[in-house]
Amino acid sequence: MGLNEKPLSTLHEKASYDLADFDVPTGREEAWRFTPLARLKGLHNGKAEAAGHVRVDVEAAPEVTVETVGRDDARVGKSFMPADRVSAQAWNSFEKATVITVPREAVTSKPTVLTLTGTGDGAAYGHIVVKVEPMAEAVLVLDHKGSAVYADNIEFVVGDGASLRVVSLQDWDDDAVHVSSHHASLAKDATFRSFVVTFGGDLVRLSPSVTYTAPGGDADMSGVYFVDAGQHLEHRLLVDHSQPNCKSNVDYRGALQGDRAHAVWIGDVIIRVEAEGTDTYELNRNLILTDGARADSVPNLEILTGEVAGAGHASASGRLDDEHIFYLQARGIPYDEARRLVVRGFLGQLIEKIQIDEIRERVMNALEAELNTAESVAEAAEPVAETVR
Amino acid sequence: MSTLEIRDLQVAVEDKEILRGVNLTVQAGQTHAIMGPNGSGKSTLAYAIAGHPKYTVTGGQVLLDGVDLLELSVDERARAGLFLAMQYPVEVPGVSVSNFLRSAVTAVRGEAPKLREFAKDLKGGMDALSIDPAFAQRNLNEGFSGGEKKRHEILQMELLKPKIAVLDETDSGLDVDALRVVSEGINRFRASGDTGVLLITHYTRILRYVKPDFVHVFAAGRIVEQGGPELADKLEAEGYEQYTKASA
Ligand SMILES: Nc1ncnc2c1ncn2[C@@H]1O[C@H](COP(=O)(O)OP(=O)(O)O)[C@@H](O)[C@H]1O
Ligand SMILES: [Mg+2]
Repeated sequence: MGLNEKPLSTLHEKASYDLADFDVPTGREEAWRFTPLARLKGLHNGKAEAAGHVRVDVEAAPEVTVETVGRDDARVGKSFMPADRVSAQAWNSFEKATVITVPREAVTSKPTVLTLTGTGDGAAYGHIVVKVEPMAEAVLVLDHKGSAVYADNIEFVVGDGASLRVVSLQDWDDDAVHVSSHHASLAKDATFRSFVVTFGGDLVRLSPSVTYTAPGGDADMSGVYFVDAGQHLEHRLLVDHSQPNCKSNVDYRGALQGDRAHAVWIGDVIIRVEAEGTDTYELNRNLILTDGARADSVPNLEILTGEVAGAGHASASGRLDDEHIFYLQARGIPYDEARRLVVRGFLGQLIEKIQIDEIRERVMNALEAELNTAESVAEAAEPVAETVR
Repeated sequence: MSTLEIRDLQVAVEDKEILRGVNLTVQAGQTHAIMGPNGSGKSTLAYAIAGHPKYTVTGGQVLLDGVDLLELSVDERARAGLFLAMQYPVEVPGVSVSNFLRSAVTAVRGEAPKLREFAKDLKGGMDALSIDPAFAQRNLNEGFSGGEKKRHEILQMELLKPKIAVLDETDSGLDVDALRVVSEGINRFRASGDTGVLLITHYTRILRYVKPDFVHVFAAGRIVEQGGPELADKLEAEGYEQYTKASA
């Protein structure tokens, strides 16, 4: 617990559409203490002029409608309120929102893919609303690429008995800065599956949150990240159980390698007084492959009711297990390959959950590429290779 | 003809001296049993030969066909023809048995086996050891019972075809049926070519199935008595007490 940490249930109370309600972060705030503000390129202090552009291309399933709307569209901003300064900045600065609607009872025949491409010439702000109407089922891919300084809010509004699966790929160029808030709002018996993959960017700060508007909602949120030298990849999860008999499961895993590779994972779960019968579990694991890399992992579970079905959390960050490596090497497998097998296994177990074959393979290939660069870094630094001799 | 030669091997763990000068030569075609009480250093010997990072060699040599294994990394030792069946095989999450075995066979042979051939070898090996084929898709040792882990160690030995195999208490924790299956595997391996076996065990019962040529009694970090198979019978009758007393 930090020095000036408040009880968690008050930590997220502040929410407003008004930018003036949020002070410019200084880095001392609980919510900002891990983020290198100087690298945000002004997204947090109003200095990031919206001179840039992030292009949104949509390849939609035929059952889905896609609209580009103005700020005044009635469907925009209904399911959430910004909860931090950058989210509020994005809310106040975007010009066009993309609204995707999956009509009532529609079951989409293919994933809807949104490709967000940064063109690298200044800051940009975005807003996306994904509305899945009652009993509908949809699969969505968000594919972020290119170079950008980008802040956005995404609303996932999942209706009664509806199901939404989302894969969000942060596959940015090395210099990108991305601060994003995902807000999922689950109606009665709604299902939400989110899979976040963050490999790219200089600084990515992604805050996925889930709220429930009725009982029976089920949220499963997974994430994998691979942090290279100098990268700051931060994931801040918030699951706010305010309705009875809802479920949530969070499983984020990362690998880190190289000097000043920094991963941050915050997992806040609140089970409010009225959320009886809640079943929740959150897990974060980090594999630190070299010296100079750092993982901060902070699970917070606040239970305000006595009647939970299950509530737990776990966090573990550590080096490759010498015993794993020894066992594989004892079968003739060279150190580098043993290491690759273990890391691939560690992240691959989670990546297996991605149901879109094409995306799963792409993520595995990206992991493979990271592991190959990891190898050259490990060779250069020789931090752990020498221990098994 | 391969030879493993252990010369005056001294090993420490965390600055504690465990092996105090072990001398032993295992030739292809021979089976040596090392027997000794718990804590006498049998696993230390096995791990030190294989190169486990926790064990520090403070003196002596281990030569495989004249090559000093102690100069090699763990994987180089395995590729040189050494195999260690571990007393407690390690669970490796996310790495499937088939993927692991293919990587190991590729590394040891120096080239990837043809897929069909490998699949056939794997199936044959699993059948012979009564291992459910579904195990190929499972994570390495994860959730395996004690007996399943040991059978899986023998499967690896049969696939990797080492020159010298060190089997550390492969018999412990096995019921009679599993002990028979595992022993048959060891005997198949012995019959398969010029291979030597160093069989580490606490109990004599495996020696009814796997007949040793030589028996060595291990106590307090060194070999204290040597003999033929009849020495095992003596140990069966009298236990280790005289040796532990003598060396204490
Ligand atoms: N990793 C270790 N750390 C500390 N002591 C160890 C370790 N491994 C073995 N020892 C000690 O070394 C001695 C020999 O152990 P071991 O080789 O496992 O014996 P055995 O296999 O004959 O039962 C014991 O006293 C044991 O406590
Ligand atoms: Mg032992």
